[in-house]
Amino acid sequence: MERWTIEDVAQNPERRQLAAELLWQLADDDLLMGFRDQEWLGLAPHIEEDVAFGSIGQEEIGHAALYFGILERLGFGTADDLASLRSVSERRNSVLIEQPNGPGHYLESPRYEWAWTIVRHYLHDVWEMALLTALTGSVFEPLGDAAEKILREKRYHLAHQELWMRTMAGHDADSRVRLEDAWRRAQDWAGDLADLGPYSSALESAGLCPGVDSVVRHYHERVAEMARVLGLPEMRMQTRENGRRGEHTEALQQALDTLSEVYRLDPTANW
Amino acid sequence: MLAQRVAQILQEVGDPEIPTVSIVDLGMVGAIQADGDRVLVELMPTFVGCSAQRIIQDQVTEKLREAFPTSTVAVRFELSQPWTSDRITKEGREALRKAGIAPPGASLDDVECPFCGHSSTVLQNLFGATSCRSLYYCSHCKNPFEAFKPL
Ligand SMILES: [Zn+2]
Repeated sequence: MERWTIEDVAQNPERRQLAAELLWQLADDDLLMGFRDQEWLGLAPHIEEDVAFGSIGQEEIGHAALYFGILERLGFGTADDLASLRSVSERRNSVLIEQPNGPGHYLESPRYEWAWTIVRHYLHDVWEMALLTALTGSVFEPLGDAAEKILREKRYHLAHQELWMRTMAGHDADSRVRLEDAWRRAQDWAGDLADLGPYSSALESAGLCPGVDSVVRHYHERVAEMARVLGLPEMRMQTRENGRRGEHTEALQQALDTLSEVYRLDPTANW
Repeated sequence: MLAQRVAQILQEVGDPEIPTVSIVDLGMVGAIQADGDRVLVELMPTFVGCSAQRIIQDQVTEKLREAFPTSTVAVRFELSQPWTSDRITKEGREALRKAGIAPPGASLDDVECPFCGHSSTVLQNLFGATSCRSLYYCSHCKNPFEAFKPL
């Protein structure tokens, strides 16, 4: 099978642009997911979960750094700058991922919602795993290697969220109501999650992402199976803005302000 | 052999979070190329998001520069062959146990208590304080402990 190295892609403008379209989505999803996870610091339901979510968030940011690192090697600028300094319209994360954890600010009276956080993270994990599974066969070798590696770690994230979903579904009436409410609200944001954006078919025909349709199908099948097991309604995913096209909500600007504020304070920090 | 000397030096570099376990015994050292002019070491990250990576990279670079002052030293993390937990050596598994951390089993249910050796252990949380470890409880000696995740 033909495999492209960094040089093969960096020196071919068409390949370079296509590879970047895919990498922005992966990197931006994980960066924002890790950011939202880490906002839970000190606020998670119990101390062990605080530690767990901190680790998960750190891994998400680590995965983002790996994707940004490939973009850096393709000549798009330093990974840190790409993570911190790109504008809202340049971001390709799903709008679901940029939504806050709940009302309030994490410094002043946050009223974060655990059920919402878990449902959203669960959807992100299912999508990324479906996508990475296909990307292990990508023609772009560094992306295939990254997918292979991250997939092994990602399944622990998914297992963690699935355990929480089952726990909330069966614990008591209150947790059940919260889960159902979060599940219903998520469907109004998740429309752009399992979407590779305007370059979807080009990504497939170039071999960068093999089998786009089956990736999307696997994602929907896994979510539908979870709904059946937990007795939740079928999720009809839709969204007003499409993050894969650079359309975002106000929540993203707020998140990026905080993110880049931290970066500007210490540009040498280890991401 | 130059490469063997490099391997010996790397044996002295420990994981910053578990200093008694060397990165060689954790299976993190991949290809080593060394001739008179340059020393090239490829490392394999256990977990991508592990914050210890840069520390390890710096320590390895520093030690090799000391040992080979006239050579060009390059140390980098590579993903072309993913790290798996079966790369941990017998010595590495023993050193983990001594540090109170259960070495990875075949699955999450296959974990022996590092304190009493019993296998009646219960997974408490998949995610411990670092990416690579989970939290367990030993029903036999009633100790909580950490275990390396199988990858
Ligand atoms: Zn025990």
